[in-house]
Amino acid sequence: MLLDGLYAYEGGRRFDPALPCVVFLHGAQHDHSVWILQSRYLAHHGHAVLALDLPGHGRSRGPAATSVEAIADRVAQSIAPLANPRFLLVGHSMGSLVALELARRLADRVAGAALCATAFPMRVSDALLTATRDDPPAAMDMINVWSHSASTAPFAVRPGNPAPGFNVVWQNLRLMQRIARVNGADVLATDFAACNAYTGGLEAARALRCPALFVLGAADQMTPPRAAQPLIEACADKTVVTLPDTGHAMMAENPDGVRRALESFAARIFATAAA
Amino acid sequence: MSGPRYPGFDTLTLHAGQRPDPATGARAVPIYASTSFCFDDSEHAASLFNMERAGHVYSRISNPTVAVLEERIAALEKGVGAIATASGQAALHLAVVTLMGAGSHIVASRALYGGSHNLLAYTLRRFGIETTFVDPRSLDAWRAAIRPNTRLLFGETLGNPGLDVLDIPNVAAIAHEHGLPLLVDSTFTTPYLMQPFELGADLVYHSATKFLGGHGVAIGGLLVDGGTFDWAASGNFPTITEPYEGFHGMNFAEESTVAPFLLRARREGLRDFGACMSPHTAFLILQGLETLPLRMQRHVDNTRKVVAFLAAQPSVARVAYPELPTHPDRALAERLLPRGCGAVFSFELKGSRAAGRKFVESLKVFSHLANVGDAKSLVIHPATTTHFRVPDEELAAAGITQGTIRLSIGLEDPDDLIEDLARALKAAAKVT
Repeated sequence: MLLDGLYAYEGGRRFDPALPCVVFLHGAQHDHSVWILQSRYLAHHGHAVLALDLPGHGRSRGPAATSVEAIADRVAQSIAPLANPRFLLVGHSMGSLVALELARRLADRVAGAALCATAFPMRVSDALLTATRDDPPAAMDMINVWSHSASTAPFAVRPGNPAPGFNVVWQNLRLMQRIARVNGADVLATDFAACNAYTGGLEAARALRCPALFVLGAADQMTPPRAAQPLIEACADKTVVTLPDTGHAMMAENPDGVRRALESFAARIFATAAA
Repeated sequence: MSGPRYPGFDTLTLHAGQRPDPATGARAVPIYASTSFCFDDSEHAASLFNMERAGHVYSRISNPTVAVLEERIAALEKGVGAIATASGQAALHLAVVTLMGAGSHIVASRALYGGSHNLLAYTLRRFGIETTFVDPRSLDAWRAAIRPNTRLLFGETLGNPGLDVLDIPNVAAIAHEHGLPLLVDSTFTTPYLMQPFELGADLVYHSATKFLGGHGVAIGGLLVDGGTFDWAASGNFPTITEPYEGFHGMNFAEESTVAPFLLRARREGLRDFGACMSPHTAFLILQGLETLPLRMQRHVDNTRKVVAFLAAQPSVARVAYPELPTHPDRALAERLLPRGCGAVFSFELKGSRAAGRKFVESLKVFSHLANVGDAKSLVIHPATTTHFRVPDEELAAAGITQGTIRLSIGLEDPDDLIEDLARALKAAAKVT
């Protein structure tokens, strides 16, 4: 479905405005499809699901927003009119920063924020920024290698995501290449600049009025678990789940681990909200 | 050591798709000889069936041993995934029926393996899918053959029998200009010699029976998706971009941005046509894959020696190998196949059909049979075997003469192969 110009995948089930709503927010140079299993699962287990293509990504055309705040403004504008009483915001990497900002904008309508593979500050290394500017294909290769856990990424995820026989590493690279081709070669640089420039993380975390879930990959080389500590410490009500042998591309490398963490969190926060 | 890098090809041939078995610690890939897999509970079953969770249900759809092979070939080809099938023919069929139905059209190279030609020219036509065959070297012919209902361009990386080198970058460009994918049969080259996705192809399949398995012990196919073709942008593929009634209205292109073709092929094609690979077969092919780089290099090294020998023989009219200066695709081969042009080729023996028969029957090391890509060297004389009933004029159109001999060069000592060929040439020369 299109929400005010933003594409949203509904998890393979008709969107129900009466249900608690889970909003999935992808990371840099990605789109909704990174959440394929988690979004389908929650959509078929009592939730309305919106797995968004952020502005300028995938099927949401137009320019990519240049700051985390601008992305959050655009998403808030799109989902605020929905009738769903409560939202769970689920963000991955850059999307986790968007979730924090979005929570400020939607305030009491947010029942929980799940921050997957997050960090604050979310600084992008100089080497990667240089490659992003000068040699985007090389930058995508670097990201792709770093996004998968060193011990297992080249080899096996059992079973493959989204089904046996699929190669997780090359799906991620092809998706980044597709975004560059469809949405523009500058999307990656724009996304990284937004992550680099974002300074409001601690303030947004302290302002959260809902529980926060941190889903961290023990083998994450892009946003290692220690990089999430400032945000964890800033949140009043938090749960931390660290997935073993899991890298930055956690939804693909460990789809069941991420799903379990989200399912458990959703059950808790929506039960509390209902009470 | 410099920055981040992917594992090398040789490493992937041994490790991609597998970790030591978590249940037993087995280092080799276990053969999961089980038709089906237990559910934790009803909810688990429902979520597996509805593609909310990844996992194995029934071995026609997926199997842990087979999945290792699928993920390994995908890694070697740099594809987003793969589907293992009962044969190479089944892989071609699966690709076609996933993309189109009755009323559709294919443009294919005319230099195809006979089985592929039969499927396209006769069998699929019976089901309403027509094929136009073109000279693979003529880019104009590829372009001119495309119709409004064309849904696929298809060729072999090295054509049959003359080893026409498919100009993948240019044929792919023509396909993409028309919103169509290019499928290539990469059986003769394997990912060791060529990675077609890097050159612009969109789908690749192998008869894994040949060099991938490498030992002539198992029949199998592998269909790999590069994840590069934008099915939604094309607008030509409703099977992939519109809701599928046969799977709860799933729109595969919405589910997966880069791998919807594979989702549809597995959820429909494997499910309904059922041409899956057995785990025993997958295990055998995996054993072959582990030594693919070593074997392919030796295949090519031996072939170069045999080709050089044959090209120097007065009783040999012509050798069709793209590394020779006489081959029309030599320059293209240097660009697309720098590691070598494989180990299957044909040569033309001077003399009659009887001379060809005598040559084949005089060989001692080469095995006379209808296969290629074995560790052992193989030979066949098309005019007296595969094309026995074909009139001379049709043979000529297919690039086959009474003296055409096809060799598949194995891993034996090359001196023994050359000695064997020399003896057979001498015997054939005595036949008038």
